[in-house]
Amino acid sequence: MDLGEINPVLLLASLMVAATPLLLAAIGELVVEKAGVLNLGVEGMMIVGAISGFAISVETGSPWLGFIAAAIGGAVLSLLFVLLTQVALANQVASGLALTLFGLGFSALLGQSYVGVKPPSMGDIHIPVISDIPVIGPILFQHDPILYVGIALTATVWAVLKYTRVGLILRAVGENHDAAHALGYKVIKIRIMAILFGGACAGLGGAYISLIRVPQWTEGMTAGVGWIALALVVFASWKPWRALLGAYLFGGITVLQLNLQAAGVAIPVEYLAMSPYIITILVLVILSADKSSAPASLGRIFHASH
Amino acid sequence: MTTPLLSLQGLTKAYPGVVANDQVSFDIGEGEVHALLGENGAGKSTLVKMIYGLVKPDSGTMLLRGQPFAPPEPRAARADGIAMVFQHFSLFDALNVAENIALGMENPPPMGDLASRIREVSETYGLPLDPFRTVGDLSAGERQRVEIIRCLLQDPKLLIMDEPTSVLTPQEVEILFETLNKLRSEGTSILYISHKLEEIRTLCDHATILRLGKNVGECIPSETSARDMAEMMVGTILQTPERSGREFGDVALDVSGLSVPSPSDFGTTLKNVHMKVRKGEVLGIGGVAGNGQDELLGVLSGEIQTAADAIRFNGQAIGKLGPTARRKLGVLTAPEERLGHAAAPDMSLTENALLTGSVREGLESNGFLKWAETQSFAKKIIESFDVRTPGPENAARSLSGGNLQKFVIGREVLQNPDVLVVNQPTWGVDAAAAASIRQAILDLAAKGTAVVCISQDLDELMEISDSFAALNEGRLSAPRETTGLTVDEIGLMMGGAHGMEVAHV
Repeated sequence: MDLGEINPVLLLASLMVAATPLLLAAIGELVVEKAGVLNLGVEGMMIVGAISGFAISVETGSPWLGFIAAAIGGAVLSLLFVLLTQVALANQVASGLALTLFGLGFSALLGQSYVGVKPPSMGDIHIPVISDIPVIGPILFQHDPILYVGIALTATVWAVLKYTRVGLILRAVGENHDAAHALGYKVIKIRIMAILFGGACAGLGGAYISLIRVPQWTEGMTAGVGWIALALVVFASWKPWRALLGAYLFGGITVLQLNLQAAGVAIPVEYLAMSPYIITILVLVILSADKSSAPASLGRIFHASH
Repeated sequence: MTTPLLSLQGLTKAYPGVVANDQVSFDIGEGEVHALLGENGAGKSTLVKMIYGLVKPDSGTMLLRGQPFAPPEPRAARADGIAMVFQHFSLFDALNVAENIALGMENPPPMGDLASRIREVSETYGLPLDPFRTVGDLSAGERQRVEIIRCLLQDPKLLIMDEPTSVLTPQEVEILFETLNKLRSEGTSILYISHKLEEIRTLCDHATILRLGKNVGECIPSETSARDMAEMMVGTILQTPERSGREFGDVALDVSGLSVPSPSDFGTTLKNVHMKVRKGEVLGIGGVAGNGQDELLGVLSGEIQTAADAIRFNGQAIGKLGPTARRKLGVLTAPEERLGHAAAPDMSLTENALLTGSVREGLESNGFLKWAETQSFAKKIIESFDVRTPGPENAARSLSGGNLQKFVIGREVLQNPDVLVVNQPTWGVDAAAAASIRQAILDLAAKGTAVVCISQDLDELMEISDSFAALNEGRLSAPRETTGLTVDEIGLMMGGAHGMEVAHV
């Protein structure tokens, strides 16, 4: 065992990378749930985003076009969920599960010819002076642009939900869709927009795994991150900054336990592997002990009957 | 003659199987308080939804100040100066007062300005309200204030109020009427929907009466007796429930020192509740909704368990027993919420009859259900309580509110309870059905059952109960004889102008 092998700077830097896919997917799902919709298809939308982004960036040679394609791919798949739950008024839980199963299979089909291919690299940003600060520079300011997009998105979602009329209407729809309808708000339209946004975010998160974190294509490579994102939204009490905290905590412990495994610490691998889940859940459960609760219309089907 | 503010001409709206409004026409003048009177299901709500743009009429026209008016959606109606206070509040529990008000406005000012305008308007009209309180924590009266202020901030020409007083204490009703009179003197017209005749007689200038979707008459309320209006509304002559004898036996239900926290976040904790109900006695429990009614019912039914000796039935401590064990002993309950609590909406009437009747009616043996007996039990309920349904195989959901209410009350009454607890037995039920439900409760009491009737309808409680107590923030006032009780005394028991002091910032 040699703990000296672990480089704290590299560890912290890779923490942010490990957390980003989770953060992107969780922020998208948070907006969806705030609008009162429970979309359990995050995993499916992520994996479809992962392959769309991968394929397009390989074909065009541009990672940026890849990410755009990933967002579109995720949103298109979520359109299926829209059709099922908002138009056909199907059960949201069953539709979400179907979306995940469909996404996993469909992405495997699309990705057959991309196994073993190397995608073009995005490259890290390099800001003169700031990025060169010792320690802080490599940890915070030498990453790919999408990582910063994730943080900016968190801040934007937080501000929009808290300070803008759009955010207020979105929360109102999630809180009491009958009352929102009585006041003349277009419940279905607002929910469709939220679901599409959630799909796009999940797609971005998936592509972050296939283009930056890993970077390659393998079947089922999202490996449950979508499910963790779903849990994260609940344990973060539907608060964007807590979702960020949870994602970084989870990412951090994942990276740390991998390093500990590599360093040969005398703890059974199984315990190390389960540690990110346990610690993240514990911390967020303690944080969520306050009064904040789920949007009251979450998962309920809206039908303007009268 | 001046042009009326709003003129409705031949409005018709049909839903599958029912004509909600049939050729309804009337005018609302400027600065007039116009009452729209009718039974539940007479089509009042559909009519105002058409004015507010929530529902489109099948035919007919509306004129606003002589101009054609057909709002495609509520925004358009609001832009034309029409505001509405809903019967079931259209509020968002988790948001604060200012956010709720902003949601009902077309172009709300920034939050800071809005908050100061809310304070200003609420003081002008004597409706104190703190803009930053969470709506989920407000009393029913305060919630209604939120809705009214939301309307007033938009300078409405016509204010529609759908059954505004059903959740208020008498003192709160007085405050509301002062506000409405002030608005009328400023030239605002009000369309006031209610079935409470005395209120309409004191407040309204003109009344239109709807029955089964048709305009069946108009009157000047102050010159018409309440009885005449009621008979126009119902179309028949009303029977007042009668009771025979007031002889009470021993104490059947004895609740002492009962304190229970509410299982829900926005619920009310019951604090040190004492009451005794004798055999043959009807104890009426009044109070504004949300003051512990649901919790009290839960505690008495056994859904919420408590210290064993806090509740005694014929001397036996039953506080720790669950609902089925209590049913076996003879303590039966009928909760307020018909769909979901008293009845399972998608199950048939037969299945619903089984759900509470199995223990006392012996509808199961060794875990197997006796469907034939259950069905005849369900049929018996349907016959003896005049439940209008094609048969017991229909889903509970398919019955109208009044019919289902007759079914769920009848189901308990026919099981010959020793103690019956009912919550809002005639809520949303038309006058004829309400009278028959009340009569059934009185008949049951005459046979020696101890009845606890929780209700927000004070007239109902005065009519059927022998003694009266009020719930206020989870505390139960000491029960008093109903005879000789005045409205003022009742109001004080209910907590006076409930919640009036809460709004200190």
